[in-house]
Amino acid sequence: MKYWIGAVVLFLVALGLALSGVNEYFFYAAYIVLTFVVLATAWNILGGYAGYVNFGTGAFFGLGSYSAVVLFKALEAPLAVQIVAAALVGGALGFGVGMLTLRLRGIFFAIATVAILFICETLMVNWRYVGGATGLQLLRPEVIQPFASYTRMLFVVMALLAIIAVSVARYVQISWIGRGLRAIRDSEEAAECSGVPTLRLKLFACTVSGALMGAAGAPMPMYLSFIEPASSFSLNWGVSALAMPMIGGTAHWFGPVVGALLLGSIQQIVTVTISNEINVLVVGVLLVLFVVLAPDGVLGLFRKFFRK
Amino acid sequence: MSLLRVEKLSKHFGGFTALDGVSLEIAQGERFGLIGPNGSGKTTLINCISGALRNDSGNIVFEGREVSGLPAYQRTRRGIARSFQIPRPFHTMTVLENLLVPAAYVVHLPEAEGMAESMKILGLMGLAEKAHTLASQLSQVELRKLELARAMAARPRLLISDEAMAGLAGAEVDEVLKILFELNATGITIIMIEHIMQAVMRFSQRVVCLDAGKIICEGTPAAIVQNPEVQKAYLGA
Repeated sequence: MKYWIGAVVLFLVALGLALSGVNEYFFYAAYIVLTFVVLATAWNILGGYAGYVNFGTGAFFGLGSYSAVVLFKALEAPLAVQIVAAALVGGALGFGVGMLTLRLRGIFFAIATVAILFICETLMVNWRYVGGATGLQLLRPEVIQPFASYTRMLFVVMALLAIIAVSVARYVQISWIGRGLRAIRDSEEAAECSGVPTLRLKLFACTVSGALMGAAGAPMPMYLSFIEPASSFSLNWGVSALAMPMIGGTAHWFGPVVGALLLGSIQQIVTVTISNEINVLVVGVLLVLFVVLAPDGVLGLFRKFFRK
Repeated sequence: MSLLRVEKLSKHFGGFTALDGVSLEIAQGERFGLIGPNGSGKTTLINCISGALRNDSGNIVFEGREVSGLPAYQRTRRGIARSFQIPRPFHTMTVLENLLVPAAYVVHLPEAEGMAESMKILGLMGLAEKAHTLASQLSQVELRKLELARAMAARPRLLISDEAMAGLAGAEVDEVLKILFELNATGITIIMIEHIMQAVMRFSQRVVCLDAGKIICEGTPAAIVQNPEVQKAYLGA
């Protein structure tokens, strides 16, 4: 109950900000940070809870973006429809990839997800309808009242998506599914012998994770007024989606949120004050530091601190 | 009626024959010992029974129903539980949480009842005061007990104990043996795989000796140790 009150309050705060006079740039940057909250949270459902490392976040995210563009171009579908469709496509990809690869363990699954990323990118590069390798310029539709700009509206949309993603991750964690996924991460053989339907649970996690990633990608083309394959399917999405839960803490739904807010904000600040290239370096350095010094992430550090 | 019937079970790994037409029958409530030299197929046999491996040919009939096509988790739900030779605890969970996994997934107990039942099992195993310790901080003997406790939380009718005593000291062996006797007394059929001959001989009502994937001898513990083939293959006479 406390959680839901917090969620509603946060959403109202986001809505209030969007309607206030706050500088436009804030929303431009915050949108990206919130996108990372969704991606990191989605990644953590499979990667953190079940221990299956996915490097292919970009594949789900990018396909979500392209699904939105196709719907927009073909039917001028509204944003909400685009998001739902992108979630369905992401979920379907997650289910398909899961069927093909979740029998593989550890490193083999991770490698397979990288392959999926490259396959998706190659497909879009060769599809003329969505602009091929050069990409596609997009005209934003009219902004919906009462928002003063399209970016402000997208900020609110992404805030809502972030709250939905976190709520789903939280539900998975505290339900019986979460305990099964943890058992899988600790020992898959023992989990199976303790009655956990391991393949089914992994498929479920992969599908939900993929759907959320796809949904996160849907508003991106309208945010940029542009879409092209190289940045849509960038490996950077996958690296960030992995680094953020690692830095925040993978065991609890709050970990990826902390990681994404922290790392995402630092990246935005570094991009503006130093350079766009350095912000990738920041991810790498922080990831190494945390893996070595605080393997349980920020949440783990806090827990240790308060126990003493 | 027999609880478990294994008929002409075979398993190959490439060109290597791990099990070669193994047949055995285990009665309800029996204490059954499985011995044999390293590589004789003991663990392969129980992996096939528990579902970690699929047999190539033959049948496994549990309580009158064929189970050899089922995935491991469904066999656990049917009543076959096992412990692992090398303990595989859920190491990021507490001891109690380890038991809550089968309590939720096999017995489908609500959280509170699952906890109550798990605590009872931990009490029986002498692990009650470790209930809230992380499994990764347990000692070897505690890990072996946790393996058995977690298997018990699935409310099995057949418990397969895979070398639950390997590497334990004399007093600890007695402790685990006592637990197994107590479980058997509650009506649970037990298959014990063990290298510690004293333990198997004391525990089992009937013993089967495997060698190179075949049953070479079957009988009471007293008869087994007298058997010349067993002595040659296993006892080093």
